[in-house]
Amino acid sequence: MALLEVENLRTRFATDRGVVRAVDGVSFTLEQGEVLGLVGESGSGKSVTSLSLMRLIREPPGKIEADKLVFDGVDLLKASESTMSSLRGGKMAMIFQDPMRSLNPVLTVGRQLTETLRRHLRLDGDAARRRAIELLEMVGIPLAEKRLNSYPHQFSGGMRQRVMIAIALSCNPRLLIADEATTALDVTIQAQIVDLVKRLTRDLGTAVIWISHDLGLVAGLCNRVNVMYAGRIAETGSVRDVFYRPSHGYTVGLIGCTPRVDRVGAPLTLIEGRPPDLIRPISLCPFLPRCAVAIDACNKTMPAMNTIEAGHAARCHADLSVFHQKGAA
Amino acid sequence: MTAGPFIEVKDLKVHFPAPKNLFGSGGAIKAVDGVSFTLERGRTLGLVGESGCGKSTTGYSILRLIEPTSGQILIEGQDILQLPQSQLRPLRRRMQIIFQDAGASLDPRMPVGDLISEALEIHGLWPGADRRRRVRKLLDLVGLSTQHAERYPHELSGGQAQRVAICRALAVEPQLIVCDEPVSALDVSVQAQIVNLLQDLQKELNLAYIFISHDLSVVRHVSDEIAVMYLGRIVEKADRKRIFEGAAHPYSRSLLSAVSIPDPDVEQRRRRIILSGDLPSPANPPSGCRFRTRCPIVEEDCALHDPPTRLLEPTHGAACLHIQKSQELLKWT
Repeated sequence: MALLEVENLRTRFATDRGVVRAVDGVSFTLEQGEVLGLVGESGSGKSVTSLSLMRLIREPPGKIEADKLVFDGVDLLKASESTMSSLRGGKMAMIFQDPMRSLNPVLTVGRQLTETLRRHLRLDGDAARRRAIELLEMVGIPLAEKRLNSYPHQFSGGMRQRVMIAIALSCNPRLLIADEATTALDVTIQAQIVDLVKRLTRDLGTAVIWISHDLGLVAGLCNRVNVMYAGRIAETGSVRDVFYRPSHGYTVGLIGCTPRVDRVGAPLTLIEGRPPDLIRPISLCPFLPRCAVAIDACNKTMPAMNTIEAGHAARCHADLSVFHQKGAA
Repeated sequence: MTAGPFIEVKDLKVHFPAPKNLFGSGGAIKAVDGVSFTLERGRTLGLVGESGCGKSTTGYSILRLIEPTSGQILIEGQDILQLPQSQLRPLRRRMQIIFQDAGASLDPRMPVGDLISEALEIHGLWPGADRRRRVRKLLDLVGLSTQHAERYPHELSGGQAQRVAICRALAVEPQLIVCDEPVSALDVSVQAQIVNLLQDLQKELNLAYIFISHDLSVVRHVSDEIAVMYLGRIVEKADRKRIFEGAAHPYSRSLLSAVSIPDPDVEQRRRRIILSGDLPSPANPPSGCRFRTRCPIVEEDCALHDPPTRLLEPTHGAACLHIQKSQELLKWT
């Protein structure tokens, strides 16, 4: 059985201007130990999808609906607030872009780590402290025992993000959601964190949802990727499927406008315009106004999710095989 | 015309007083500590390195937004560090800057049209009725319409705000623009739009760019030459091809290896040089080579000698005592 099953997830927000359909019919499953990338522009629904899974959307003005939302045998739509609260930070953990805003500035790092351990794993003071030291060592913080008494501001950005990862992993989560977790960090520190996450998924079997706008990171870290646009999944597949055989006009555009450090490219191709207003009802492909490869059919009907090969599907009418290439291997 | 490069920076140093400790003086934070380079019009110098390496401070010093401690900045032969404050305004007509957070650099109470005509007014350019026509032309140049002139900064998307910032910089017809992480906060699709715009404008107006960024993929795309900075120093400098195909300094190689590439098979195959730890404090840099505390191929003599810049090619220099070892052992692709 899959660790996480999401079917037709719809998350809406009531605003003064009308109802914003931030997530509009997202479906996917996640197996144990799998690393799934969520990519897309700001406002494409990546973060709202993950916040909906954690039920961290304030209702109202938000409203989460789905045909199915099951994590590790628990129906997240029906779960009580106390069940959710023991899942969060327990079996489901999340790390955000800005660790300074997630950590409490007036408590020592040790206190914040042991708090989680005592609450979720019911460890006593000594055991929690020992485990906290172990965790800080695992994420590569030098002088772990001494650093337990430090406050968040006494750590560098990279070290703070490690502390967040240590807290997130403290209760052996089955699912780790990382929302732009390395975006604010320098590339050398980013490489350290990605290396750490890879090692942890391999050693502990944790499943990961990695939200990022950085296609390079996703290519190196994830097994599968969902490309999101306007609150929907535009394309889904293994990273090789999506990067070498992109089958949605948006994916093709996204790859074309990403510069690569290993080659001098031609001028970057452009995706003109901006994403649609999610208040207006969508009747055709939401990417159509910006699409460089649209065909007649795109002006007539909304494309359904077409399966291209097992595990690879896209919502696109156009035949994009001219953009396909073999892997570099 | 004057001989020599358009801009020449010689041994630039910017030291800030460090916060005092219990025992009195805190010494100096050497944010920039001996940086030299030249740049011609129509060309782009990429300045790369981690946060705290001094790349932005270098950029700000060139406009004298920060007063350097010592060194020379020659624009067509004239040392601008010798200019009195009163003569800085004409200087700034020749040099402009755009920032990462363009939204924050625009006055929220002024509509876009006024933001741009203010720049013209300050420098007494295009007086009278011509000014409005000039603003329209400038908006057009950066891909905005006349309607945008009525909008306030909060009504703009990130990409539009950056276009306005570029437009305002161009208004005074500068020769050099310092671009400080101009696309780092933007979505990739918008980032590509701004990068292409900057490149088109450069060709059209023969602009020199100092392009400061931590994103080496973008830097490779836009730069003619690249300088890699570490703790206030340029550790390696070369033309684009040499840096990306034959970087010699272990830090440059580590930095390149850390950049991810949007290609699953390439990512799977390549080796990464993972640096341990963080950047040391610029208040108290390591003795000898500043990179030695994180260097994967460090030797004993690295602590003893501050490595001089060695020329590997006429236009390629690297400051490392063990370049050969670096080239042999550290692979990044």
